[in-house]
Amino acid sequence: MSTFLVEIVTPERKVYAETANMVSVKGVEGELGILPNHIPLVTPLRIAPVTIKRDGKVDVLAVGGGFIEVRKDKVVILAESAEMASEIDVNRAQAAKQRAEERLAAKQSEIDFKRAELALQRATNRINVTER
Amino acid sequence: MAKGMRDIKREIKSKQNMKQITKAMEMVAASKLRRAQEASTKARPYSDKLKEVVASIAAGTKDVKHPMLETRPVKKTGYLVITSDRGLAGGYNANVLRKVTQTIREKHKSSDDYVLFVIGRKGRDYFRRRNMPIVEEVIGLSDSPTFADIKSIAYNAVKMFSEGAYDELYICYNQFVNAITQIPTELRLLPLQEVGGKGPVTSYEYEPSPEGVLEVLLPKYAETLIYSAVLDGKASEQGARMTAMGSATKNANKMINQLTLTYNRARQAAITQEISEIVAGANAQA
Repeated sequence: MSTFLVEIVTPERKVYAETANMVSVKGVEGELGILPNHIPLVTPLRIAPVTIKRDGKVDVLAVGGGFIEVRKDKVVILAESAEMASEIDVNRAQAAKQRAEERLAAKQSEIDFKRAELALQRATNRINVTER
Repeated sequence: MAKGMRDIKREIKSKQNMKQITKAMEMVAASKLRRAQEASTKARPYSDKLKEVVASIAAGTKDVKHPMLETRPVKKTGYLVITSDRGLAGGYNANVLRKVTQTIREKHKSSDDYVLFVIGRKGRDYFRRRNMPIVEEVIGLSDSPTFADIKSIAYNAVKMFSEGAYDELYICYNQFVNAITQIPTELRLLPLQEVGGKGPVTSYEYEPSPEGVLEVLLPKYAETLIYSAVLDGKASEQGARMTAMGSATKNANKMINQLTLTYNRARQAAITQEISEIVAGANAQA
């Protein structure tokens, strides 16, 4: 089975680098399943889990936005935040989720609302990843 | 005589205390410098990759239009100044602040023509004292700042440019060369200069469209540039502090040597005098 290199990079460090068989991500235009020899592609991502399959194992990471660059033999995901399930502090994510929900309920200005919405998405995303 | 000697001794003691402190600070700065440099290296893949993709979009598609790439007549300028929270770092803050003030004085007549974003307590206090317009400030940044720490100021600086609040954005910081040399630099961040596409360019598919991708990418790219400048600034700060404290320690050593010499001379003089007094006394009795 052919493989390709998957790298996930944040501004602070390289989070993930493995050879994999398949990557599935959620792009702005919809879900994408990427296999080796995919046509070169660049697309922004939504705040969602990224699933990577390699040798029968499945890695799930919480990726907060960013974008994906696909080449024939390599996939690079650039995101402002990315964590493996084991790195996520569930309690903190829960707290963040609750905070964001409270802020959404309070209905402040538009900017605060958007921020809270994004924070909520990030928190939910992290929680989802840990629950898998 | 004895009194003078006591004074010298006290002075030596106080110089020694100072030396201990500067020595400790030097070593702390040295270890922090190493960490800051590591952080800066770790951040490089991200910004390199972003640059590569932006460049390949710019090279692969003809006449992409984006407000962040267009130069427009300059009516107002934004400056993002990176300083430190604490002093005792030699000329670190003074250099960059002097440079900024000089530029502002040359280019702008009134304080309506520019706005400032400041990172670091030193810079904030400096501009506040001079009543210069500060839009946003970040203080109390840790020694290894995360992207999230400066995300808000970077985001706002970029957003205000795209909204037309100002027509160019400069970033002013100390560029790290090595532990001894830091160059105060002014870099025009926005509008983005030609991102030179070099090497083989892969032609990508863009989803939804090249413009759509650029829309997301360019602000991120600008923010990343700000982040790497902050990291560079941190490395410079530690480097400057290390060098400053190193020379302070050296100076303390020199002073201690000088004082010890004076002290020994005074002691010798006192002994000589005492002997001559005793001899004189004995002679008088004989």
